[in-house]
Amino acid sequence: MPELNLTSAPAHLRHGSNIGQPLTRRDGILKVTGRATYAADNHPQGMLFAVMAVSTTARGRVVSLDVAAAKRHPGVVDVMTPDHKPQLAIDPEIKTNPFVFRMEVLQSDEVRYANQPIAVVIAETLEAATEGAALLAPRYETLPPLVGLDAGESFAPPVVGVGNPAESHHGDVEAGLAAADKQIDATYETPPQYHNAMEPHSIVAAWNGDNLQIDMPTQGLALSLARVAELFGIAHEKIHIRSPFLGGGFGSKGLMAGPQVLGVMAAKLVGKPVKLVLRREQMYGPVGHRAPTRQRLRIGADAEGRLTALDHHARTVSSTFDDFFEPAAGASHTLYAAPAIRTSHDAVRVNTGTPLFMRAPGEATGSIALESAIDEMAFACGMDPLAFRLKNYAEVEPMTGRPFSSKALRACYEQGAARFGWAKRPLQPRQMRDDAGLLVGWGMGTATFPALMFQAEARAAIRRDGSGVMEIGAHDMGQGAWTALAQIAADAVGLDIDRLDFKSGTSDLPDAGIAGGSAHTATAGAAIHSAGAAVIGKLADLATSDERSPLFGAGNAGVIARDGRLIRRDDESRSESYAEILARAGLAEIEARGTGAANPAAMEQYAMHAHGAVFAEVKVDPELGQVRLTRMVGAFAAGRIVNPRMVQSQLFGGMIWGLSFALHEEAVTDRRSGRIMNANLGEYHIPVNADVPPLDVITVEEHDPHVNALGIKGVGEIGITGSAGAVANAVWHATGVRVRRFPIRIEELLTQG
Amino acid sequence: MKQFDYVRPATITEAVAAAAQPGAVFLAAGTNLLDLMKGGVSRPDRLVDVTHLDGLDGIETLADGSLRIGALVSNADLAHDAEFARSYPAVAEALLSGASAQLRNAATVGGNLLQRTRCAYFYDTASRCNKRTPGSGCDAREGENRSHAVLGWSESCIATHPSDFCVPLVALDAIVEIEGRGGRREIALDELHRLPGDAPERDTVLEPGDLIVAVRLPPAARGFAAHARYLKVRERTSYAFAVVSAASALRIENGRIAEARLGLGGVAAKPWRARAAEDALKGVAPTADAFQEAARRALEGAKPSGDNAFKIELARRIVVRALTLAAAGTPARIPALPASPFASTSGAIHA
Ligand SMILES: Cc1cc2nc3c(=O)[nH]c(=O)nc-3n(C[C@H](O)[C@H](O)[C@H](O)COP(=O)(O)OP(=O)(O)OC[C@H]3O[C@@H](n4cnc5c(N)ncnc54)[C@H](O)[C@@H]3O)c2cc1C
Ligand code: SF4
Repeated sequence: MPELNLTSAPAHLRHGSNIGQPLTRRDGILKVTGRATYAADNHPQGMLFAVMAVSTTARGRVVSLDVAAAKRHPGVVDVMTPDHKPQLAIDPEIKTNPFVFRMEVLQSDEVRYANQPIAVVIAETLEAATEGAALLAPRYETLPPLVGLDAGESFAPPVVGVGNPAESHHGDVEAGLAAADKQIDATYETPPQYHNAMEPHSIVAAWNGDNLQIDMPTQGLALSLARVAELFGIAHEKIHIRSPFLGGGFGSKGLMAGPQVLGVMAAKLVGKPVKLVLRREQMYGPVGHRAPTRQRLRIGADAEGRLTALDHHARTVSSTFDDFFEPAAGASHTLYAAPAIRTSHDAVRVNTGTPLFMRAPGEATGSIALESAIDEMAFACGMDPLAFRLKNYAEVEPMTGRPFSSKALRACYEQGAARFGWAKRPLQPRQMRDDAGLLVGWGMGTATFPALMFQAEARAAIRRDGSGVMEIGAHDMGQGAWTALAQIAADAVGLDIDRLDFKSGTSDLPDAGIAGGSAHTATAGAAIHSAGAAVIGKLADLATSDERSPLFGAGNAGVIARDGRLIRRDDESRSESYAEILARAGLAEIEARGTGAANPAAMEQYAMHAHGAVFAEVKVDPELGQVRLTRMVGAFAAGRIVNPRMVQSQLFGGMIWGLSFALHEEAVTDRRSGRIMNANLGEYHIPVNADVPPLDVITVEEHDPHVNALGIKGVGEIGITGSAGAVANAVWHATGVRVRRFPIRIEELLTQG
Repeated sequence: MKQFDYVRPATITEAVAAAAQPGAVFLAAGTNLLDLMKGGVSRPDRLVDVTHLDGLDGIETLADGSLRIGALVSNADLAHDAEFARSYPAVAEALLSGASAQLRNAATVGGNLLQRTRCAYFYDTASRCNKRTPGSGCDAREGENRSHAVLGWSESCIATHPSDFCVPLVALDAIVEIEGRGGRREIALDELHRLPGDAPERDTVLEPGDLIVAVRLPPAARGFAAHARYLKVRERTSYAFAVVSAASALRIENGRIAEARLGLGGVAAKPWRARAAEDALKGVAPTADAFQEAARRALEGAKPSGDNAFKIELARRIVVRALTLAAAGTPARIPALPASPFASTSGAIHA
């Protein structure tokens, strides 16, 4: 991979600080000109192509593979099977830590779900490997698969999501419901969904002795490296992973997936570099998905429209061999001030790949159900949905009573509603038509997502020529880390962004934690900030303790770093450049490290969440049932906005995802075979350009002194929450038909003429 | 991928001879065929690439007023031919409502006619499918079949033909010109596609080696230009196959329908010509009642093949709407969202 040549286009010219500027992506030109090297673009000398054969049965055993036929095919080099593969150092079934999920790496002939890898064909060309895989003609012993939300006995999982309790309550829900004037009891269903990142999972693996070079898109360099090290029994230092760009991940590239391990195994087996890229349909199985849910909400309100109780139960599924439980009911913990709240989960096991985090895991599924139910409750109380939400505004976190570290949701409601023109909304549904006679409906939803922090480390250096270096193994999934983190870095070392060498995206750099939980900018940003402060501190010590420096003796008054100079805080006429300080000290470079992590004391004391309000307008053909979104306004408060342009893109993306959730996305599973029948982008529908009207995003000013030193919350996932419900509620408002099974389908809206 | 021969014949005669061999198929733009080959659904031994044949990419008006469209004309070029769009607006609208701009740029007229069903079980080689493997069974029958046929299906196959283009073509009495081993012949488009019966593996009446060289619209087809629409209900605003679609074309004289044409898409294994509905409209005023009656007749005999009863009612409503739109007159420009129920209000600049 060549050195990254990140641009400094005129769009970067600016005055003042770096943080807060709407810089365009520094890697944008590389990407639009095709020069950004994604993992599968690497072709080391002598590289072979590996193609997985995947199971067509969802449950059973592979009883035969025609390896001989595959090997006879011209160009096929080897076929990796459970009987012919490199030995792993540990059993992949062992969960060595909570972030390790079981994977299928040919450890047995058992089949646990459709599309599970059952063999890997390695060949000189992609075509030969593909045909070799087809020639394997597997035969199976098949058992009836477990499919769907009623596949078997349900059970209460010990935890949901990542270590959250499956049941929580506060107050007496049954008493609250009994005392209510108005009640609703409604059940909503959400389908299985697949991440479908544009870039498929891929890996190029090359062994050199016991050194291992990997090109692979990952949202978690350090976690992936540790997993590879333990599976192959090699030291961390022997492994180098490059992941400068991801073509999206959405959670499915967070952890080392089975197919990527197979790529490393294949390279070991044949003693040559190997590339393995999943085909689109192969992404519907071994790399995670969003589990389906069935959610029952029981809500009570008093005569004034004040909530008396909120009971949210979610049924979900996990695989037959591992645990990930979509924490859907957790969405009811933070938004509405009910005196009694109970959330609970149960699950059944089915023959799928293990579900996993998918953009806003739990929050997205839970939000569409909760926001629909709140809409239903508001209507039952005869109240405007916004007035109802304001009446039940949570001044403190309802479940815990903790104050919020910051919460500008009221401003989100106000600004979003004003921009949208919400005040003119009729209370009753099916009241509005446009000139062409189409039904028009307006709906809203509240958005929320926790402000999380993981752990990260960064290394900062100032060089003798006065330029800076910031190193952190961070991940650019397309969200703009190359730009936003560099902006934070530039400010951290008091340099213009073009004077800073920002290094990222490889495993030999300090661990940036995982790019997930909408926490990457906050976590990596905090590490960068503290590394920058530390290196500037060292530089200041050098200067202020040297009597030859104009800053000598500034100790108590202090210095500030700006534009490559240290400046005496109480006398700006006295300053010295970084280069001068280092030259005098005879140093080529000065460096320091810094870390970023959550502050446990603050977390104890405060509830930390980003918030937003989304307003949607849909039009529905009254006879034909086709729905189209025509307007959407989202107002979000998410702490400090590092780069408004990139934040807006993230929020647009989230809102479109919400639209997709309400109207389009669904993996259709054949209930007899357990196979997914629309595992391609032609039939697994997501919105296309014609489905997306101009969107309007407002970022509401919010200063949060508690979440982290920079006041950053996340924006990666919140856009989905609220939006999906807003669209669904708008469909109800347009038609008077409440659809509780998502995505909303044409046939459900055909009932009235 | 399975290895196959690739031949590029110089003449139509050579092409026909090459494709008449067992295991040979024609390759046009490949937007359907190559997908099927990559999925292992089609495993031909030989591809006969017809895209370099001369004389198949023209659009010409014949002396009698017919229009002859070469089989290699791209879907996009045809739809964007201003004269064509003026004379056969419903056909242009149908073309533009199909697939995506990129696919339309590549896809050919001949390939569009002969594209295969989108039945998911046909694509999934692990499923039983009588169309793919004769006699193996039909997994769609008890499976995920909300988009399957409601007209003309049989127990052996409930698949639909997915083309939008074919729907107004069949309504306008299009004729298919074929070059085969026995020389040139022509058939009505309505006779090209077969209903499944007990041989769903045969999509069409074509014989091995038969090459579609052109599609012809007879002189009368121009007579509907003032009142012709295509309407397509789908699961997103663009880039989706029809759940149900309809092409309607009226000749209105002195406030009465002199002649009506009606085709339905997404309902059967062939583009469905609704002649009984056309007859009911002949000579009557274009009223809502008349359109309701036509819709009733168009769907007479329809029955669900699975989870798709809604398509019957939806088809009736689409017929009424398509006729209503046609009666109101062909718009001066093809809407930015062609064939969409949102055509009139889109504000969009493209689909
Ligand atoms: C994602 C996607 C979405 C789509 N959406 C739509 C849609 O909404 N509406 C719609 O109508 N279509 C849609 N299509 C289908 C598209 O219209 C067809 O793929 C296309 O028209 C086929 O034309 P082609 O030239 O690529 O044919 P090819 O793929 O080359 O050939 C298709 C078949 O026709 C045969 N053939 C081709 N030309 C001739 C000839 N001259 N004589 C005899 N046999 C011939 C081939 O042997 C092959 O069997 C979609 C396709 C895709 C991939
Ligand atoms: S409906 Fe037809 S194409 Fe679909 S599985 Fe059945 S036989 Fe095959």
